[in-house]
Amino acid sequence: MLQGWVIVLVSFAYLGILFAIAYYGDRRARAGRSIIANPFIYSLSLAVYCTTWTFYGSVGRAASNGIGFLPVYLGPTLMVALWWYVMRKIIRISKAHRITSIADFVASRYGKSQTLGGLVTVIAVLGVIPYIALQLKAISGSFTILAHYPRIVMPAHGAALPMLQDSAVYVAAILAAFTLLFGTRHLDATERHEGLVPAIAFESIVKLLAFLAVGAFVTFGIYGGFGEIFRLAREAPGLSALTTVTGAGGGFATWGFLTFLSMMSILFLPRQFQVSVVENVDEKHLGKAIWLFPLYLLLINLFVLPVALGGLMLFEAGGVDADTFVLTIPMAWRREGLALFAFIGGLSAGTGMVIVETIALSTMVCNDLVMPVLLHQRWLRLNERADLSGLLLTIRRVAIGAILMLSYAYFHVAGEAYALVSIGLISFAAVAQFAPAVLGGIYWKGATRAGAIAGLSSGFAVWIYTLALPSLAKSGWMHARFLADGPFGATLLRPQALFGLGGLDEISHGLFWSMLANIGAYVGVSLAGRPHVEETTQAALFVDVFRHTQGLDRSPVWRGSASVDVLLPLLGRFLGPERAREAFLAHARRRGLDSLESLPGDADLVYFAETQLAGAIGGASARVMVASVVHEEPPGLDEVLDILDEASQVRAYSQQLEQKSRELEAATAELRAANEQLQELDRVKDDFMSTVTHELRTPLTSIRAFSEILLDDPEIQLAERKRFLAIIVKETARLTRLINQMLDMAKIESGNAEWCAAELDMHEVIREAVESTSQLFHDRGVELSVVLVEPTPRIMADRDRMMQVVINLLSNAVKFSPPQGGRVEVRLDARPGALQVDVTDNGPGIRPADQQAIFEKFRRGGDAASGGPGGTGLGLSISRRIIEHFGGRLSVESKPGRGATFSFVLPLPAPPGPGAREAARVAE
Amino acid sequence: MGKHILIVDDEPSIVVSLEFLMKREGYEVSVASDGEEALQALARRLPDLVILDIMLPRLNGFEVCQRIRGDDRWRAIKVLMLTAKGRDTEVAKGLGLGADAYVTKPFSTRDLVAQIKRLLEPAG
Repeated sequence: MLQGWVIVLVSFAYLGILFAIAYYGDRRARAGRSIIANPFIYSLSLAVYCTTWTFYGSVGRAASNGIGFLPVYLGPTLMVALWWYVMRKIIRISKAHRITSIADFVASRYGKSQTLGGLVTVIAVLGVIPYIALQLKAISGSFTILAHYPRIVMPAHGAALPMLQDSAVYVAAILAAFTLLFGTRHLDATERHEGLVPAIAFESIVKLLAFLAVGAFVTFGIYGGFGEIFRLAREAPGLSALTTVTGAGGGFATWGFLTFLSMMSILFLPRQFQVSVVENVDEKHLGKAIWLFPLYLLLINLFVLPVALGGLMLFEAGGVDADTFVLTIPMAWRREGLALFAFIGGLSAGTGMVIVETIALSTMVCNDLVMPVLLHQRWLRLNERADLSGLLLTIRRVAIGAILMLSYAYFHVAGEAYALVSIGLISFAAVAQFAPAVLGGIYWKGATRAGAIAGLSSGFAVWIYTLALPSLAKSGWMHARFLADGPFGATLLRPQALFGLGGLDEISHGLFWSMLANIGAYVGVSLAGRPHVEETTQAALFVDVFRHTQGLDRSPVWRGSASVDVLLPLLGRFLGPERAREAFLAHARRRGLDSLESLPGDADLVYFAETQLAGAIGGASARVMVASVVHEEPPGLDEVLDILDEASQVRAYSQQLEQKSRELEAATAELRAANEQLQELDRVKDDFMSTVTHELRTPLTSIRAFSEILLDDPEIQLAERKRFLAIIVKETARLTRLINQMLDMAKIESGNAEWCAAELDMHEVIREAVESTSQLFHDRGVELSVVLVEPTPRIMADRDRMMQVVINLLSNAVKFSPPQGGRVEVRLDARPGALQVDVTDNGPGIRPADQQAIFEKFRRGGDAASGGPGGTGLGLSISRRIIEHFGGRLSVESKPGRGATFSFVLPLPAPPGPGAREAARVAE
Repeated sequence: MGKHILIVDDEPSIVVSLEFLMKREGYEVSVASDGEEALQALARRLPDLVILDIMLPRLNGFEVCQRIRGDDRWRAIKVLMLTAKGRDTEVAKGLGLGADAYVTKPFSTRDLVAQIKRLLEPAG
């Protein structure tokens, strides 16, 4: 009864049902009562993850590896636990940015990069084609087997079948037709396929029921339940190993890698992204999916091992491919209905996968690969075409056809080299390359576009080398030698034992190296560079999506304007004029306006247009299109800062704080230095004050003492009385002199002294000074000689002050000359550009250590035994100040025991010219 | 009893006045004009009291006082500091070093004599 035509008929009938469901779903959606807004349907649609690989291949793998088939389902189960965080974030981001595919997601995150979008698309297509080929193989194979009922015949191996006799061709063609029907009847701005999802949910139910039916039949119909099957298996030679973990191929390392691989695949397979993210209606549905989906996986895997074991025990070894047990066991037991049901289940699994996957891939190819390239070709003048929606649909249809054709080609060429499962795993490894770019993109703001490109490229390259090429080699399309020996004999570079890493099965090996290259390049290049402005904006929007979006974050980076008149046709070209109008109208109503004509052409409208367009042609292309009609200025820095959150503000604040604290430190250091200086000055002042008081008190002491003595004692002798009075007089004079000099010093130092500069002749000054001190010399018996060199030019100075200086020097000289044989010489001489006066005595001289000190205030040279008119200690200080005031210099030369010479030089008034420099030099 | 007083000051005029005052009271007087001389004078002949100026060349009065107090031979000598340095800190320092009295310049002759008498001739 199971003839070929029956099978075909039933198949078409089933597909018809699917189509009807899709149609109904579409209609309901248009009427506004979408049936996919239902968490159960959402969860079931996720089960498109289970393809013919699950349906047929699991049993096949279990037959050789025991429970080693499980990791592929453990992965998703584990991943689902993280879904609430990871998936929800991805969904939120995708909704906020109207992301329509995984290529769009990656491109959008890294600055709306078309390069990245294209790269992801290429990887996805090349990676998934083998997987689609696998479906073709399974469907056509199962058809062939069933058609040979009641005989059980395995489909011919090898590529011997010419195309027209190959049922796979027809399968591919039919699938293409259905995919076109399901997915490309119109363009939706959100890329949601309202009809497709319930159809997929339905087929998930069908395949589950079919498998459960076969499983129940084997376990309870043929055998007496789970216990019996396992018991018998343990007793059968060679089968007991299948029930243990280590008996399963590869051990724990393989389990680890496979689990990881399937965790990535549940996120990144294009069809999974499509149903879980793009088709998602409400992110709260995730809550139910988190436990419904694992439940589904559990149910569908429940009977895998029993069926495998049963098949192994029923059929002699090698006679029947374990992959086909699900079908061949009912056939062997003449259960026609069940066998047909099983076939339909496999058909379900396969068509669901192919349709969704192909639609997702064609969307990516159209939006992220073809359109960007076409838009760049100015000669096509696409900007001027009124309606591009037709073009877009055509591109998609062509893409669907091409993908299926390529899949068939792959199946034809390489489909026999591997068991179903291995092909699938190779595809998993390909889409796993998206993991760093996507996961990194939603958690790490530092990831850059360059890093993503580097990561994806290197990971994909390694994937090709370690997994794709070997699969071709094993099918005979390349020299198998290079597998064994490495390219050009470099054994270290053997594709399946790279750098000597052996001991892993080929999938784990390939996965390891590709992920290493991927993550390494991604992180390394990202850290080595810096994100651009565009990337930073997107990074913040993505990573902080939960913070930004309770609604949609509307702070647009657009600075520009375009009116509705321009934007409406633009949108119409891609969405179709009708839908464009509807969209704008809805937007206008949301803004509280009556008609779309009244929409202001502001940045908000531009942003709205861009997001709408992104739904149709992808974010990167949308930006290009809108930019072409908008007068846009590139986003200013302040606008970008607006979008970036407090993190960047905090950064700025902390930089300010740093700078302020640095300034504060500098100011504190200055203050400290100033304080120290003040304290020093204070101390100096204190010293000065105490010295001054001491100096003043000393003569006062004598004055008072003698005054009191004289007062108290009228009996004092006249001679003594005279003596005492003389002392009083002397000390009074000293005191007066001291006070005067201190006042003088104070005036000079504070700058309040009056200086008169007049022309004067040093000859005269010296002569007068000699006269005033002549009494001193006479009294002490010191010889004075005057040497004046003629003629000397006149200088500009204060006469009185000069006198003061010369008198000071002379009186010092007299004081310190020995009373007998003392000789003092005054000498006036002319120097280039200056005058020099020397006063030389032959007294005890001045120690080198004291030669600077004597110019300090209150320092008196020699011992206190320098009697005479008691020095004040201020004379030299004042003299020095005076000389310096007129640009000169006062100094001393002396050797102890050999007298001293005090000299000062005064610059001549500078004649204009080189002489001035001379004078200046001399004065230093 | 003839007491011997050592006057240590570098100002000649002041020395003259002090000499007169002490002699008038009947004391014997020796003079030193700097710190070193003072120590030499002490070594030569023990005075009963030293009138000690502070601002002296070579060794200042504080140090002389310390030496006096530190030497067993001289511990019994009375020390009267006579100086223009009159700040509280200086006074405290002087007394702390062991001076028996501290008089600031300019001084009252009557006052000075009274103090010296007190130091040299305790009541009783």
